Amino acid sequence: MTTLPLPGTDDDVRPRRISRRATGADAVFEHASRAVGASVLVVTGGVGLFLAWQAYPTLDRYGWSFFTETQWQPEADVVGIAAVLAGTASVALVAMAFAFPLALLTALYISEYAPARLRSTLVSLVDLMAAIPSIVYGLWGFSLVMPHAAELALWLHRNLGWIPLFDVRGSDPDAAVWDASRYTASAFCAGIAVAAMVMPMSCAVMRQVFSQTPPGEKEAALALGSTRWGMIRTVVLPFGRGGIIGGTMLGLGRALGETIAVFLIVSPAFELKWNVLEIGTSTVSALIAGRFGEASDAQLSALLAAGFVLFLITLVVNTLAAVVVGRSRSGAGTDA
Amino acid sequence: MTATLPPEAPTDQATTPAVPAVPAVPAPLTHLPTYDEDAAPAVPRASLGRLSPDEKFSRLGPWAAALGLSWLLTQQLLPLAGPAWFVVVWFGLGLALTATTAAMSGGSTEVRDRLAEALVTGGAVVVAGVLVTTVYDVVSQGWRPLTHLNFFLDDMAGVGPKDSFDRGGVAHAVVGSLIELGIALVITLPLGIGTAVFMTEVGGRFATLVRTVVEAMTALPSIVAGLFVYTVLIRALGYPRSGLAAALAIAVMMLPIIARAADVVLRVVPSGLREASLALGASRWRTVWCVVLPTARPGLATAVILGVARGIGETSPVLLTSGAAAFLVADPSEGAMNSLPLYIFSLVRSGEPTAITRAYGAAAVLLGLVLLLFVVARLLARPRGTRPSLRTRLVTRLRQAPSISQENR
Repeated sequence: MTTLPLPGTDDDVRPRRISRRATGADAVFEHASRAVGASVLVVTGGVGLFLAWQAYPTLDRYGWSFFTETQWQPEADVVGIAAVLAGTASVALVAMAFAFPLALLTALYISEYAPARLRSTLVSLVDLMAAIPSIVYGLWGFSLVMPHAAELALWLHRNLGWIPLFDVRGSDPDAAVWDASRYTASAFCAGIAVAAMVMPMSCAVMRQVFSQTPPGEKEAALALGSTRWGMIRTVVLPFGRGGIIGGTMLGLGRALGETIAVFLIVSPAFELKWNVLEIGTSTVSALIAGRFGEASDAQLSALLAAGFVLFLITLVVNTLAAVVVGRSRSGAGTDA
Repeated sequence: MTATLPPEAPTDQATTPAVPAVPAVPAPLTHLPTYDEDAAPAVPRASLGRLSPDEKFSRLGPWAAALGLSWLLTQQLLPLAGPAWFVVVWFGLGLALTATTAAMSGGSTEVRDRLAEALVTGGAVVVAGVLVTTVYDVVSQGWRPLTHLNFFLDDMAGVGPKDSFDRGGVAHAVVGSLIELGIALVITLPLGIGTAVFMTEVGGRFATLVRTVVEAMTALPSIVAGLFVYTVLIRALGYPRSGLAAALAIAVMMLPIIARAADVVLRVVPSGLREASLALGASRWRTVWCVVLPTARPGLATAVILGVARGIGETSPVLLTSGAAAFLVADPSEGAMNSLPLYIFSLVRSGEPTAITRAYGAAAVLLGLVLLLFVVARLLARPRGTRPSLRTRLVTRLRQAPSISQENR
């Protein structure tokens, strides 16, 4: 039998004092985890600050010419990243031109068209593709894709050569025997390998967002007589817009920093040009990978400055991606 | 619904004679539509359920027709020989024939629907092709060294680039990769997960700062992480290139990735669980240790293992920091050490055909290692606890078997 305590009978029982301050094990836990957080902050923030600190002398010495000079000849005291920045951008843009449609279509296929039984397998396969090391994609691009990419480049040059983007200087597209070497080792070939690398990443983000589409809205569209494509166009794509943009930009951030696949494929050239199909280009990361070994201290500082600029660019791209995903309606559903 | 006329309506009518006269008696403005239950639907719609044999045929038929037509066009009639043109023309013709078939039975809506379905499926097939050709390329070019047992057991000490495959192997690279990754993991695992716990469970203004910086540092390109360690440890402090330096470079690269992924996983732990535990009188530490972390365990395992897969395959930080030894090195602090990606990279750059084949063999090993990690991640990530173990289920089933069979029949 239970009895209700009557008010006023136990005068000595006071309400216990409520305090939000952690005591005992909690205080240890709180301070320990704060220490871990602080140490990680010091380590990661330290890397960024160190890069900025090391980059400063170079930026101070060369000023704006560091961004406008195309040549990288530290022995002649001529150092600039205009050409490698343009090369980085062209490789990344070629990569996104291939990766964006494929990632979008694959994400739509997995979330909307694939049979329900296959879906989880397909999701695992895309994750597996994201985990494949970039050097394997580099080998794939180097040995399997490059010959075919060269033929595609020739075809583009022959038929769309009047667009400066597809022009290849020093080669006649209608020659009886085409000069294959002018079309290989280009930003185009490297871009395809990088596309294979970043595509699964963008695809995973897009699929994640598509799968959060409210089923009620999808069913409402279907109930109003929409076809499946009509439902995707009016419900899934608008809902997932944030995910599409965010996933693409995450992929772009990764594509900008990719080293090995690019380094294996392109033949280095320091030239500011539009011709993505033409042999020779260079990216910031390939520049670092190629030049760090014989660099003196001043040259190392210049390389660190280039790396710092690359880091800032990827940082801006990633931050924009995070903002877009966070602002959109699709980002709101992740916090259960 | 009846509309009441505004009193000034007649004056409006007088000033604007173009407006038709408003009837004095308000007519019913709305009416219920009448349905003819037996009439065919105005626009026939494809069903959303399982496809009927007719529909299946009208979806697959165009592709079969396009296959034959494409073979005829590219291989027999037009000068477009080669498998690439064949596939491209097949896809284009397939789309055209799909559109034609859809237009025969429906309107433009159906055509667009059918075309979108074909395009989306085609995109997925291209991606599957990328995966298959990647694996095929590596295995088909690198299977020869894999057939020799010494490839897995030996190192490259005293083996030249032209030596045949019954000498030398990747053992030193595998061991180096595992040691470097192990050290990196020992550093990043407690720090990464601890930071995630701090960001989600303790919170506060400082945690927001940490989260901002960690998220920013996930943008750090791996080569810049390598360059950082190279500059600090090897150039400024004068240590030799070693496995330890490579492990530190990998750790610098992996730490923000793992911390951020773990943060995302911990954030989706339902707060109801946390509050229930706190309401039962558990301390915050017990709540984190006994409720939050076990709930998030599958997600955490996936986050960590995907970070590991990224770390094991990343070449650029290792390229700058570890140096390449041709022999087995077990001590990470003692001089140069090889690892799988670096081994592949240096062999491919050598340009010797035998060495390149060896590199493909090593790439196959690396691919197998990543696949293994991935399968382990999937097994760990399977939700456990929601379902009782097999033994418990069998025991309960056996005990309840008579009663269930009586109830059901």
